Amino acid sequence: MPRYAMAIDTRKCVGCNDCVAACKTENNIPLGYTRDWITEEVHGAFPTLQLEIRSERCNHCDDPPCVSCCPTGASHIHDRGGVVLVDHDKCIGCKACIAACPYNARYVHPDGYVDKCTFCIHRVEEGLDPACVAVCPTHCMHFGDLDDPESDVSRLLASRPFHALIPEAGTKPCIFYLT
Amino acid sequence: MVQISRRRFLKIGAGTIAAGSALRNAARLTEPARAAAESGVRTVPTFCNVCFWECGAIASVRDGKLWKIEGNPLDPLSHGRLCPRGTGGIGAHFDPDRLRAPLVRTSERGEEKWRAVTWDEALNFVAEKMQKIRNDYGPESFAFFTHSLGGRFLRHTLRAYGVNNIAEPSFAQCRGPRDVGFTLTYGDDVSSPERTDIENAQCIVLIGSHLGENMHNTQVQEFAHAVGRGASIIVADPRFSVAASKAKFYLPIKPGTDIALLLAWMNVIVREDLYDKEYVGKYGFGFDQFAQIIQPYTPEWAYPETGIEPEAIRATAREMARYRPATLVHPGRHSSWYGDDAQRSRAIALLNALLGSWGRKGGLWVPASMSITDYPYPPYPEPRRPAADNPGNRYPFADESVSNGLREATITGRPYPIKGWMVYSTNLMNSLPNQPETIRAIQNLDLLVVVDTIPSEIAGWADVVLPESIYLERHDELHTGPFKQPYIALRQPVVDPPADQKPNWWIAKTLAEKLGLGAYYPWKDIEEYLAWRVKSSGYSYEQLKRDGVILGPKQPIYFEDGAPVTFNTPSKKIEFYSVQLQRAGFDPVPQYTRPDEGPPGSYRLLYGRAPMHSFSRTQTNPLLMDLMSENSIWLNGNEAARLGLKSGDYVRLRNQDGVLSDRVAVKATQRIRPDCVYMVHGFGHTSQGLRSALHKGASDTQLLTRYKVDPLMGGTGLHVNFVTIEPEV
Ligand code: SF4
Repeated sequence: MPRYAMAIDTRKCVGCNDCVAACKTENNIPLGYTRDWITEEVHGAFPTLQLEIRSERCNHCDDPPCVSCCPTGASHIHDRGGVVLVDHDKCIGCKACIAACPYNARYVHPDGYVDKCTFCIHRVEEGLDPACVAVCPTHCMHFGDLDDPESDVSRLLASRPFHALIPEAGTKPCIFYLT
Repeated sequence: MVQISRRRFLKIGAGTIAAGSALRNAARLTEPARAAAESGVRTVPTFCNVCFWECGAIASVRDGKLWKIEGNPLDPLSHGRLCPRGTGGIGAHFDPDRLRAPLVRTSERGEEKWRAVTWDEALNFVAEKMQKIRNDYGPESFAFFTHSLGGRFLRHTLRAYGVNNIAEPSFAQCRGPRDVGFTLTYGDDVSSPERTDIENAQCIVLIGSHLGENMHNTQVQEFAHAVGRGASIIVADPRFSVAASKAKFYLPIKPGTDIALLLAWMNVIVREDLYDKEYVGKYGFGFDQFAQIIQPYTPEWAYPETGIEPEAIRATAREMARYRPATLVHPGRHSSWYGDDAQRSRAIALLNALLGSWGRKGGLWVPASMSITDYPYPPYPEPRRPAADNPGNRYPFADESVSNGLREATITGRPYPIKGWMVYSTNLMNSLPNQPETIRAIQNLDLLVVVDTIPSEIAGWADVVLPESIYLERHDELHTGPFKQPYIALRQPVVDPPADQKPNWWIAKTLAEKLGLGAYYPWKDIEEYLAWRVKSSGYSYEQLKRDGVILGPKQPIYFEDGAPVTFNTPSKKIEFYSVQLQRAGFDPVPQYTRPDEGPPGSYRLLYGRAPMHSFSRTQTNPLLMDLMSENSIWLNGNEAARLGLKSGDYVRLRNQDGVLSDRVAVKATQRIRPDCVYMVHGFGHTSQGLRSALHKGASDTQLLTRYKVDPLMGGTGLHVNFVTIEPEV
């Protein structure tokens, strides 16, 4: 059983938003909504500064509060790769998952259901990378199987320092930021 | 003068309803019944046109609807990955504000009141007016402003008509100073896409060049790769750019003092004997004179000018020397900053020469090219008068037309009257500084024709607006690039235009026929022309249609591998000391002049690029606007606090000439010096037709009423304006 994750190299990322654009076209996201976004964090005072730029999205947590709180089972863990998905037909738009997600990764689609990143599972099942990973001009994003020690993701996490977002929420996020 | 033009701008507002309704009527009349029969996914290779980089791409259509566009893996520019503008480029097809039918003006110029007409009526009107200008004044009195590949056919038609005044603002308002500075030094410029070997550089020096925000696809890909493999990055910029955040050395330089820094770097490298002696000895001319002239320019001398500590200057100079010749001092692209820009670019060229990096791996490679046969057209008529942009060779080293010179000729009528303009794909209101001067020039015209995809500000001043189909809906001229490996690429239609828009080649050919110049278009349609050129060059048009790109033969691109070593300068060497500059009365070795200070309490206005927009032409693309819908004004956080401002507060900027900007949000940040402010170019639209972008953010160009002309080549230095900040109440 694979366990899908991403390792994103913040040293290479330039914050260009190509990942956001590619997600929008690949997944036909309505204007004004998004499944991924760029965050910039600045530390220090001019001119001694550090800037971390991150491409963020659903963390496809191992212990996802959005799944446990869902009253209909629409929010679920996919049987392949541990990807957290929303079954649009089962979703009643109650927004409990939106409140539960510490990463603000979900939004209500204008058609009434909750939507978010799927790790482009439709592409992954065809052997492709998610659209955001495949488009990135800086090659800063890596997608792969945490359970496969030979995967790009596993090798990078074994060899480089990294951090995840809001680990204290205890959701066991699966997006890792290489520093 | 400024006030008069302000009123003209306000007048543009009066046309809202008229402009809107003409556009909508045109839509109703011409929207074709679209076949909904197509199902499934099909892909079409083509190349992008959101910027001039022109990356190879593959577009996908799903169930008859444009779905997405991705990089073409065969393409040496994109390597299968487009930049965000390229990825979002499909939004241009769906842009609700795009031009839909030819428009003829029905009211005062600039009021944006239109009548939608047929192509026949529009082109007859244009042809008649052009004939009259030719009869009354001669064909030289018609000028063409253009940008990028798409203007080639219109250029052909106009050359056939007799036009010799053809200017690209990308010269005098952008890359020209750089190209001239390098040509004076090496006898050749850095071409486009630039010959920068970022891929192999061990040390990369960026002077104001904000790669990563400035999204030249191949360069950004190679830059990120260089960061990943630990290349040493040196960034000099008044702003802590994204690139600066990747740098080993960040030098927060005072704006306008780059030449002082460059001289000090060269001083250290020469004084400490760190330069490439063999290379300089073999290829250099006038090194001893050069070395003597730069002797006084020590880091201690440069410190009070630049604000960069002498030790930091020394450390970075040594760092560059340590990795030479694989040290690339990036020539930049948009380089018209302070009016001494050709000399600054020459200093950059000379620093590269000291490091031996021109023609070397990790420096600046020698472009490889493939020859593609030109179509055999009849010869163009000989112009009877020299071009009007540079009378008396006032700018002796301008090797392309000076767009602001052409504007000036249109205003003054000297050396002869300019009575007609055709403007293709460049929003002159936002590409030329000092908008009132552009308006004055327009008022002297008998005809202003604008060919564009959107109702840009310059279209708002036109007599006739011709709607071009976007790049995903048309064929275009072949794209042949000298590059690391040469290539030829094909643009071909992916989907139909949504209304009555036409490709540039059709507009150019039909206009030529109406002008009685049909003999210049012996081919029936564009594919006949393209196939002829490709086949005559020994390549397969079928393969090009299928693959989108054909690579030419690999050639050596470094001197050490046998690339040709030619310096097309007077001395046939790299000119450390330039006799031709000295003879023309200019500094033979670049010299520093201290930049003018602004009025007390003002900030120098700097501008640049964002990765998701191209110039002022993408702000109605709904997908790109979704990524960035307005610009902001970067202001040092301490200054913001002093002014009682925080991020998100709206302000207006007033420049030294009293011009007040649209409202714009403050970005209070530590990432910029306290003596300047910064904004992304292209926002703050005022054309009523650009409904989704109207007054979103502020326009830097509106505030660039002052410009400083480069005496070598006529370029307009634009970083010479100052603003104060007025809170919005
Ligand atoms: S750099 Fe971006 S916008 Fe320019 S041609 Fe390439 S993909 Fe298109």
